[in-house]
Amino acid sequence: MHDVNASRASKTSVPLTASAVLVNPVGLHARPSVKLTQCAKRFAATIEIALAPEGPWTDAKSPVKVMRVKAPQGAMLYFRVAGPDGKAALAALLALVHDGFGEA
Amino acid sequence: MSNSRSGNVGIVIVSHSAKIAEGAADMVRQMVGNAVPLAWTGGDPEGGLGTNVAGILEAIEIAWSPAGVAILVDLGGAETNSEMAVEMLPEDRRARVVVCNAPVVEGAVIAATESSGGSSLTAVQRSAEEFYA
Repeated sequence: MHDVNASRASKTSVPLTASAVLVNPVGLHARPSVKLTQCAKRFAATIEIALAPEGPWTDAKSPVKVMRVKAPQGAMLYFRVAGPDGKAALAALLALVHDGFGEA
Repeated sequence: MSNSRSGNVGIVIVSHSAKIAEGAADMVRQMVGNAVPLAWTGGDPEGGLGTNVAGILEAIEIAWSPAGVAILVDLGGAETNSEMAVEMLPEDRRARVVVCNAPVVEGAVIAATESSGGSSLTAVQRSAEEFYA
């Protein structure tokens, strides 16, 4: 379901990456986008999302930009996180996606 | 009208239609939650379509936060009446209220999302106005 390449990032300056499948029925539509940005904003780390491992990357703290990604159900959502609380941020975001944003 | 006490930026929704204003507020509450002071006003005092300065002032009072208030408006009079309401505020509050250049429904949800994370009034306004960027 997801792979966290956290081991290679002992230094916080190296971005952490992970991915997870969007399991909730409608994908990253309005309500999940709001939940994702609210979750991302709780952390100081830079958090970005993408639909492909090579990007393009979108600021996960911008609700407008996250909604514009229009990620459908079943899409693989990639995360790129950098910052001192990056690990915790990634764990929280992956939990949110796995949980279907509370609506699956 | 609804409200929740917090230090987060308050959101005021002003529409010509009370139904639109109330519906937009419902969307904010359901999608964003209760961490944001929120108030709406819509319609003229007789129950028809329109906006009125007194109603807007009342909504600003309900949604007031030390962090400020962001107002989302629909068309024409909603904007000019909101600007007039801001002008009528006590001087120490005037600088902490902004009328956003954003669509009323989407802007309200986005502004509230930004506010719920503890963002400043400037960040809340910028985020809502990204829709037209």
